Amino acid sequence: MATLPFFVYTIAFLFVPAGAVMLGAFQDKHDHATFSNIKLLFHHPYIDAYWGSIRISLITATIGAIFGMFVAYAAIREGTPRWIRSALSTFSGVAANFGGIPLAFAFIATLGPLGVVTVWFRNAGYDLSTKWPHFQLFSERGIELAYLYFQLPLMILVIAPAIDGLKREWREAASNLGAKGWQFWRYVGIPVLMPSFLGAFILLFGNAFAAYATAYSINQGQNIVPILIGAYYTGNVLDNPHLAQALAFGMFLVLALMMLIYIPLQRRSARWAK
Amino acid sequence: MAPSAYVWLLLGAAYFVVPLYATLDFSLKKNVIGTPCCTLHNYGWVVHNGDFWHTIKISFLLALETIVISLVLFVPTIYWVHLKLPKLRPVIAFMALVPFVVPPIVMVVGLLRTFRGTPHWYYGTPWGFLATAYVILAFPYMFFSLDAGFRSIDVHTLTEASQSLGARWTTTLFRVILPNIRSAALAASFLTLAIVMGEFTIANLSAFHTFPIFIQYVNESQGFPAGALTLMSFGITWAAMLSLLLVGRKRGARGAVIAGAR
Repeated sequence: MATLPFFVYTIAFLFVPAGAVMLGAFQDKHDHATFSNIKLLFHHPYIDAYWGSIRISLITATIGAIFGMFVAYAAIREGTPRWIRSALSTFSGVAANFGGIPLAFAFIATLGPLGVVTVWFRNAGYDLSTKWPHFQLFSERGIELAYLYFQLPLMILVIAPAIDGLKREWREAASNLGAKGWQFWRYVGIPVLMPSFLGAFILLFGNAFAAYATAYSINQGQNIVPILIGAYYTGNVLDNPHLAQALAFGMFLVLALMMLIYIPLQRRSARWAK
Repeated sequence: MAPSAYVWLLLGAAYFVVPLYATLDFSLKKNVIGTPCCTLHNYGWVVHNGDFWHTIKISFLLALETIVISLVLFVPTIYWVHLKLPKLRPVIAFMALVPFVVPPIVMVVGLLRTFRGTPHWYYGTPWGFLATAYVILAFPYMFFSLDAGFRSIDVHTLTEASQSLGARWTTTLFRVILPNIRSAALAASFLTLAIVMGEFTIANLSAFHTFPIFIQYVNESQGFPAGALTLMSFGITWAAMLSLLLVGRKRGARGAVIAGAR
C-alpha cells in the first residue's frame, strides 16, 4: 500500500513517456502505423549521427577506462600516501558531476581559438590547429577531450572498490609461490578486475552516448544523435516529431543492449567484493 | 611511492587543473583582449545581472521542490519495502536502473509527447513539468543512497520498539526512522541539488529558462563574464558535493556519487 504512490508516479512519468517514444517511433504524422521513420534512421544523415555518437562513446570510454584505471591504481597502491587517495576520491566525486555547459566553457577557455593553451602555443610559434596534431575544439576530437573530463573521474569512482578488493595476501601468496610481477597480473590481478573493468567501460559508454549539453555547447552542429533530437525541438524544423521519437528509440535500443551486457558483469564482479 | 604512480597522478592532475586555471584566467580578463590582468569586473557583471538572480532562483526553488517530492515519494516506499516487502526490493532496484536506458534526452521526447496539451499550470511552468521530470532524474541517486541508509539501521527493531510504546505510523516514521536515516536523506538531497542546478537537456528542449540555460546564453554572447559564471557554477557543484561527502562520511550514504548534467 505504502509503495503505491511510488509505482503510480514512475508509471506516469517514466514508463508511459518511454512507451510514448516507442509508439511514436512507429507512427506517421497522422498517427498511423509505419516503419518509414525507422527506415530513415539507416540513411544519411541519421546513420552518420549514430556512428558519430558510437565513435565518441567508444573512444572516450576506452581512454577513460584505461587511463582512469591507472590513476586509480596509482592512488590506491601501497606506498602512496593516504591523503592522495582521499583527495582523489573527493575530487572525482566533484569532477564526475562537472558536466554540461560549464565544462564546455572551461574547454573553450583552454583550447578554443582564444583559449589559454592555444595562445601559449601560438606565442611559442606553434599553431595547434594547422600543425600536428591539427587540433580543433569544435570537432569530434575536441568533444572527446572534453568528455574525458567527466569520464575519467567516473572510472576512478567506479573502479576504486574493485582495486581495493585485490587483496594484499594474494600478491604475497603469488610471490611466495615464485610468481614475478607480470605473472601476478596475468593470472590473478587482471582476471579478477576484468568483470569490473568491463562493467565500468559500459557505464562510461552509456554516459557519453547519452550526453547532450557538453557537445551542444561546444558545437551545436556536431552530428551526434542527442543534438539531432534536440534540433527538432529547439529549432523550427519540427515538421515530423515522429522522426525525433524514432531517433530517441534508436538510442534506447543501444543503451538497452549495453544494459543487457552490464547486468551479468555486475553480478560477476560482485563476487570478489568485500 | 613508485615513480610510475607519480607520473600517472601528475598527468591526471594536469588534465584536471589546466581547464580550471584557463577559466579563472578568462574570468579575470577585461573585455578588451590584450589588456593586462586582472579585474573583478566580470564578477560584478554577473552579480548585477537581473537574469542571473532570476534564473538561479528558479533553479534553486526547482531543486528544493524536487527534493521534497522525491523524499515524500521514496522514503515511505523504501521504508515499507525494507520492513514488509523485501521481495519488492530487486524490482525497485531494477527500476532505478531504467533511467540509464532512458536518459534525459530520450525522456524529454516522451514527456513532451505524453503531456502536450495538458493544462498550462503543469505543461507551461517549470514547477509542474520540469519538477516531475527531475524527480525521475533523481530517482536512481535517491534510491541507492536511501537504500544504503535503511540497510545500515535495524528497521524491524526500531519499528517494533516504537509501536510497542504506542506510537502511530506517522510518529514512527517522523520521530524514529527519519532521524536515523538523516545522513542518507541529506546525501541524496545534495546530490539532487547538484543535478537540478546543472540540468540543461530537459530544460532546453522544453524551453524553460533555468540557470544552465542562462549560462549557455552568456557563453554564446559574452566570453569573459561566462568565465566568471562558469566558476560560480562549478562552486555550486563543489559545495553540494562536498556537503554530500561530509554528511556521507558517517554512514554508508555514499552509495551513489555519480550523477551529472551532461
